[in-house]
Parts: sequence; C-alpha cells; structure tokens
Amino acid sequence: MSILRLFTRSPRRSAPAARERLQVLLAHERASAGSDLTTILREEILAVIAKHVQLDADRVTVKVDRDENVSILEIDVEIPLDAARAA
Amino acid sequence: MGKVIVVTSGKGGVGKTTSTAALGAALAQRNEKVAVVDFDVGLRNLDLVMGAERRVVYDLVNVINGDAKLPQALIRDKRLDTLFLLPASQTRDKDALTEEGVERVIGELKKYFDWVICDSPAGIEKGATLAMRHADVAVVVTNPEVSSVRDSDRIIGMLDSKTLKAENGERMEKHLLLTRYDSNRAERGDMLKVDDVLEILSIPLLGIIPESMDVLKASNLGAPVTLADQRSAPAQAYFEAARRLAGEVVPVTIPGEKRGIFGKLFGRKAA
Repeated sequence: MSILRLFTRSPRRSAPAARERLQVLLAHERASAGSDLTTILREEILAVIAKHVQLDADRVTVKVDRDENVSILEIDVEIPLDAARAA
Repeated sequence: MGKVIVVTSGKGGVGKTTSTAALGAALAQRNEKVAVVDFDVGLRNLDLVMGAERRVVYDLVNVINGDAKLPQALIRDKRLDTLFLLPASQTRDKDALTEEGVERVIGELKKYFDWVICDSPAGIEKGATLAMRHADVAVVVTNPEVSSVRDSDRIIGMLDSKTLKAENGERMEKHLLLTRYDSNRAERGDMLKVDDVLEILSIPLLGIIPESMDVLKASNLGAPVTLADQRSAPAQAYFEAARRLAGEVVPVTIPGEKRGIFGKLFGRKAA
C-alpha cells in the first residue's frame, strides 16, 4: 500500500502555493501600512486645496490601485463652480 | 501587579475563546490567580466554554457602568479555586465599552490577579482594539490557513501601533499560538507548516495545538480542554504553552509527529 502510494502520490501540493501567495500579498499590505495611507493622503490633500479654494470634503476621493508592476494614485477633487470662478 | 494578556487573531473561529479558557485553566492549576475576561460584547461565549453560562448575574458592562462592583461580577470556577471569569454582556449597544471604563476594570483586576487574560472579539473594531489596549503580552491565535495568517499579520500591525505599550514607545511582547495543526497534512504538503507560518509572521512561537476531537468534546461539556481531559494532546500542548507564558523554557514539540521525536524535542527553540 505504502509503496503504491509512492508512485501514485499527487504531484501538486497546495501548501507552497499558499506560502508564496501570502508572502507576496503581505509584502504589499505591510508596505501600505494597512489601508490608512489613502486616509492620510486624503486629509492632507484636502487641507492643501482648502487653503486656496472652498470645497466640500465629501467631494474628494483618493484611490490607490495596485498592479503587479505599477501603483496608480488617483485623486478626484470636485471644485464648486463659484469657487472655481473666484480663483 | 498581574500580567495582562490579550488573546487575539483578527479572524473569527480560529480558537481564541478555546485558547483563553485552556490557558486560563492551565495557569490556575499552577496555583496562580487567573481572571479570564470576555470582551466579545453582544456575542459572549467564554461563559459557555467555561461551563458558567447559568451563573452569570453581572457582566463587564455592568461593572463599567457602575451597576455592579467587580467582585459581584466575577464568577469563581467550580473546579479551580484560583480561576475566575468576568463575562461580557449580551447588549447590542456597540458603545457599551468605554476606554476609561476598560482601563479602570483592567487596573483593578491587575491588583488582585496574577494573570488577566482578555478574550478579544474577532475583527478590528472597537471591541478588539479595547481588548488589546492595556495588554502586556499578546497571544496571536492563528490557523495554518491563508486567511487566518493574513488577518494575524494585520493584528500584529495593530498591536505594534494601537496599544498603550506601543504608544509609549515600548515593545509589545507577541507570541504565536498555532491552532488546529495537522502534522500529517503539513507533512504531505497540503497545509502550511509551522516554519512557514513562523517565517511569514516572524513572531516567536508559544505553542502548537493539534487539530483534535478533544477540543469539541470539552466545549460540549463546558470545560476548558486543560480541565476536561488533561492527558489529551491539545491539553498537553496548552499546558506547555502556559508554562512558556509563565517564563519557563520548554522546547516546542510538534504534536502528532511520529518520526524524530528526539530531533524535534531538541531541534526547535521555544519562544
């Protein structure tokens, strides 16, 4: 039985895959210090723009998209019409 | 002053409550005074695992609100004189736990007990952060499985930033308790091995608890596994982990591993 199993043993083992996936994922997650990075960026960007134009805090979105090769920081700020004219 | 331990994991269902009860009962059997505290407000279960569910009169929230004094809320274990339980309440009010209230209760418990073991709720919300806030030592309960390891990593990050110790610039002592480990499956390559998890999380190992029927049997009966069946494999593993918590140097064995027992006995360093 045990000799038979030597030859029929499934060649694909799942644990190494788990290990590798975790190592890649956690390297990313640790680098971004949790998900707090976007929150910090959002607040600081908001503060800088608010110095010059009046704006609605809810109309600012900050997104970080991560790809294997590049990360994209996407900032979307909606400026009210009258504030834009004044500037 | 007693030591405050938080048993935490991020992910639910990995064995926090089981481990809190088992470690608490193991330490109490060394004749040390132990209080186990349930922080899972709204979904308390430590009382059930300890077999004290019918003796709950007052709870943690009652003490925090001043509706009861701490000694009124503490339930003494029927089997061990030195083991006490402070249950959580079943209220659905999320803000029932306050930062000041928890600080006061933990401070008071530390005066009377050698060990205060806080059973954290799952997740990373207020209950979990309050459970870890005043801890001296953290026991991170992890299953050899991807989602559990990921959540543990997140919790380790929080232990290093959101606790009083971390904010005071001190180092938070963290230990890994690997639960539901199946050495046969790990050996076959179908489960993360102890070394894999240790390498990924890089915190010292407190113990390895084998996957076992005895854990369910104990909770069915309402007894910590270290009381229900002291000679069972998980109980032995918890006793060893408790000795390490108490500062003894005990080599870590991988439960259920048939070959090379001596090699394993001396080949691995404890936390």
